[in-house]
Amino acid sequence: MTEIMTPQNRSSEISNGLIGQPIARVDGPLKVTGRATYAYEHAMNEAAYGYILGAAIAKGRIVEIDSAEAEQAPGVLHVMTYRNAPAQPEFGPAVTPTVPEVFTRARPMLNSDRVRFYDEPVALVVSETLEAARAAAGLIRVRYEEERGVFDLPDRLAEAYTPGRTNAGFETDSAIGDFDRAFAASPVKVDATYRTPYQHHNPMEPHATLAVWSGDEVTIYTSAQTLANFRAGLASTLDIPPERVRIVSPFIGGGFGSKLIVHPDTVLAALAAKVLRRPVKVALTRQQMFANAGHRAEMVQQVRLGADRDGRLTSIGHDVWSATSGFEEFCEQTAVFARSLYASPNRLTRHRLVPVDLNRGEWMRSPGEAPGMLAFECAMDELAERLGHDPIELRIRNEPADDPERGVPFSTRNLVACMREGARRFGWERRNPTPGRIREGRNLIGYGMAAAIRPNYIGAATARVAIDANGRVTAHLDMTDIGTGTYTILTQIAAENLGVPVAAVKVELGDSRFPRTAGSGGSWGAASAGSALHVACGALKEKIMEAARSDDRSPLRDADIAGASFVGGEVRLGGRSAKLADLIGSVAPDGLEATGSIAGGRNTETYSSYSQHSYGAHFAEVAVDCDTGEIRMRRTLSVIGAGRILNPKTARSQILGGMTWGIGAALMEETVLDPRYGHFVNRDLAEYHVPVNSDVPEMEVVFLEEYDGKANPLGSKGLGELGVCGAGAAIANAIYNATGVRVREFPITLDKLLPGLPATAI
Amino acid sequence: MQPFTYERAGSVRAAAAAVAAKPEAKFISGGTNLLDLMKLEIERPTHLVDISRLPLDRIEETPEGGLRIGAQVRNSDLAADLRVRSRYPVLSQALLAGASGQIRNKASTAGNLLQRTRCPYFYDRNMPCNKREPGSGCAALEGFNRMHAVLGASEACIAVHPSDLAVAMAALDAEVETSLPEGTTRTIPIVDLHRLPASTPHVETTLGHGEMITAVTLPPPPSGRQLYRKVRDRASYAFALVSVAAVVEKNGVRIRRARIAMGGVAPKPWRTLEAEYVLAGAEAADPAFSEAAESALAGAVGRGSNDFKIPLAKRTIRQTLAAAVEDA
Ligand SMILES: Cc1cc2nc3c(=O)[nH]c(=O)nc-3n(C[C@H](O)[C@H](O)[C@H](O)COP(=O)(O)OP(=O)(O)OC[C@H]3O[C@@H](n4cnc5c(N)ncnc54)[C@H](O)[C@@H]3O)c2cc1C
Ligand code: SF4
Repeated sequence: MTEIMTPQNRSSEISNGLIGQPIARVDGPLKVTGRATYAYEHAMNEAAYGYILGAAIAKGRIVEIDSAEAEQAPGVLHVMTYRNAPAQPEFGPAVTPTVPEVFTRARPMLNSDRVRFYDEPVALVVSETLEAARAAAGLIRVRYEEERGVFDLPDRLAEAYTPGRTNAGFETDSAIGDFDRAFAASPVKVDATYRTPYQHHNPMEPHATLAVWSGDEVTIYTSAQTLANFRAGLASTLDIPPERVRIVSPFIGGGFGSKLIVHPDTVLAALAAKVLRRPVKVALTRQQMFANAGHRAEMVQQVRLGADRDGRLTSIGHDVWSATSGFEEFCEQTAVFARSLYASPNRLTRHRLVPVDLNRGEWMRSPGEAPGMLAFECAMDELAERLGHDPIELRIRNEPADDPERGVPFSTRNLVACMREGARRFGWERRNPTPGRIREGRNLIGYGMAAAIRPNYIGAATARVAIDANGRVTAHLDMTDIGTGTYTILTQIAAENLGVPVAAVKVELGDSRFPRTAGSGGSWGAASAGSALHVACGALKEKIMEAARSDDRSPLRDADIAGASFVGGEVRLGGRSAKLADLIGSVAPDGLEATGSIAGGRNTETYSSYSQHSYGAHFAEVAVDCDTGEIRMRRTLSVIGAGRILNPKTARSQILGGMTWGIGAALMEETVLDPRYGHFVNRDLAEYHVPVNSDVPEMEVVFLEEYDGKANPLGSKGLGELGVCGAGAAIANAIYNATGVRVREFPITLDKLLPGLPATAI
Repeated sequence: MQPFTYERAGSVRAAAAAVAAKPEAKFISGGTNLLDLMKLEIERPTHLVDISRLPLDRIEETPEGGLRIGAQVRNSDLAADLRVRSRYPVLSQALLAGASGQIRNKASTAGNLLQRTRCPYFYDRNMPCNKREPGSGCAALEGFNRMHAVLGASEACIAVHPSDLAVAMAALDAEVETSLPEGTTRTIPIVDLHRLPASTPHVETTLGHGEMITAVTLPPPPSGRQLYRKVRDRASYAFALVSVAAVVEKNGVRIRRARIAMGGVAPKPWRTLEAEYVLAGAEAADPAFSEAAESALAGAVGRGSNDFKIPLAKRTIRQTLAAAVEDA
């Protein structure tokens, strides 16, 4: 169930219109009837099919590549290797001069005899059919000169280096007060080291591209989250101006951060289509996605918390060591959230990197908080136990008045309210603080909770909105809907603004020809694209009113625009009203159009003077089989304070999905790296476990609605990633409460729990 | 995937003969295992003989009071059959604990028994694997072997057989009926269908080339309580870490007879006669359960990441036995 709790003093700015209604996805019928066309499904009769052959070693050089037999195989049109691939710019340095260039840099493929990671593309076979291409790829013989790669993290912490910045441009370290002295002097301490594994996004739709050249311009049908960056990245790789690249990506079968930059499917499809002068399709196989479409890196995290006997934190220390690719740095901002979560006079957060011979890590849903809070919020639970305090009380006691490191006020922050409301609804008082005490049959039952925090961002965006003589509204943005419900909330925003029904609005997304937005990433899509559309609708209304007042044919000629409103398909001006369609028909038979923009980034005034985050509290109940150690979820509750809720249905789905990721992170998700070969071992969905339906229990989501006027004109805040933050820790804490066994190496699989479980009597 | 030719068999005899005629030919039934392996070029048949439409999809009563299950009976149909559910519940439970609804709708009885291991190194053609490429070595031995065997394995291969169905069949003393290319038939006890790897892990069964499974027969239902307990990493759609099929018949406070088979621990469904001896006539409680568990795992060898399977299997046996003797 979902529930929205509105504050008593409901802000007048929270309207009673379409925004905030649980409207079903407007693109739902297309998707469930198979009419939403995904990248690889675009029918293109003359398209040829590419299949990628990946390297059999993790590091070294190609000495010989014999593709003669493959070239002779039936249906084969072309075999591309580093020897005949079109020239591309060099890859460049491991760290780009600026943060945005990470997204736009050239990512050449098949441009050298070097092998940098296992399964890196070494050839592309293009054929009349996928099957023929795949069969021919098996005929290519590659001889390598193999070099010894390095893959280990925990044993190589001494080799770690300090990066210049983290992902998203945060400071690598932060230090306030004197952590060492304060921690040493704290009467109650936790010093715990946690490990989180490699993880993979595994969106349902694999990375796939159809490339079609027309002269020196290329159209790319693909699955991408942020079109402008994607376009710039491909243009750099092809060494052509971005204007000659068009990206089309109206439907995306999940991204989770793995579709922000170009991958081999796009580059190779574009190159092959150019060479062959015909459209080419390339998709990554599920197995290929593990090496070629990003991952979350393995990490070691040391969390040190010092407190006085009353439970007030005197020192917070969060040290992170992460694996990174040697040729392209990626430093997940794992400890950054800890700079804003709890009060403490002495603080220290640091990020260190250990290079390995893998492909680059990428942004995986809730980068930073997902692994960071998994560790940190467990450490808080450990501290609560050591203090003999309730975990919620401990957190409330350390609630800061202002952002503890930046010193600026919070825009809105309802963490304490989320925890209190959650405790009440979940029946937190039934939790036995002594672990291992609640038993039902052969099951040990435990309760756990954790806080959630996730920064709120806004990215620069523009929207175009038009109304025609029939009163139909069309909006265009290069925004994407990666399954989150963007089409729906944008439809609601336009409909409410212009006072027309949802059915009168058509939102078109996913084409780089449309006005540029920040795309889907960092939970900022709704805020950025939504605000731009809101502003555009405002501009369109001005145009409509202006035309209505000034046109001789207008029923509203010379009306007073003060107090004008657009409701119920009508324009009301100065006590008079007219049907919108009639009005436009008479004053602007060709329709009217307007654009609107919103500024983004950290340069905005409200961003620099306020600490902006979404918050929440997650609760979990688990059952652990006392004989086998199997952990099964019983129920979860998430209470969320994330600004104004634009659509409770799609918002709830985001939190449910986030909590499900929390289940995955806590209990099962792990990509195993074999250090002998440098390859990911369990690279399909039978072996890489994500939660299936029966792993997902009854889940409740409650929104404590607020209006955050500092965040954006809509008052909303990002929540697409918030659901993940802390969710896994709530589960880990519940497992501890159930069993008394604290596993600090994620995921918590039964083999790690078993040694701590008593050999129970039958 | 390598190019292949395809034919749909008109009869069992023709099917067996068609496969026997070509050294690289294979039967294909539901294809849920074979096709995946073909796409990865781990299986490279040049000819497929489709047996999925042969009239082997019936479950019939045998004169002895058992059931004869056609090789083509779908996993979902077998699990749902009322006679199976009432007389051989362990079989139905095992099936429903396996794969997913969609896969069970497609998977056949024989195909399930003959599915190949899920060892991840077997699935990656760049890795040494004696089963895929005899003599190339075994990457799992010193590698990631959390899912691998602790019983019956060899230095050449430590893969497990992943079928749940086969484990229940082993506890029920099922027999496999086959048809040979010459037109003759034979009957193989289920525990003799799969071979241990020894030095030839690529030879997985005792079937000859072109020998086709036509049915599996179950003897009359054993008396006593039947249970299938599958321990796995997630609640559904995961292969067994350890599974236990138990048939336990009580006589007052004692056990008259118990049959126990294990999955997830060995290269084949693992019937544990030692444990059954311990239980026969023993009081239906500890210490007999623990002794049975110990003897079932006697000689078990962990290879690192699968060490936990040994205590896990013992705990699972004890739990399953305790549940089986509980008053209904
Ligand atoms: C993701 C996934 C999860 C799974 N999870 C489980 C699980 O938890 N438990 C479990 O038990 N199984 C599981 N399976 C395996 C599934 O049960 C098998 O794939 C299925 O039973 C195979 O049956 P099939 O008819 O599709 O066989 P096919 O793929 O058609 O054939 C398999 C093999 O048997 C041979 N064969 C088929 N029929 C005959 C015959 N009559 N005579 C001789 N040879 C024959 C074929 O030549 C082939 O070598 C899973 C599979 C997948 C893909
Ligand atoms: S365990 Fe067997 S299947 Fe796995 S790698 Fe070793 S030989 Fe191959």
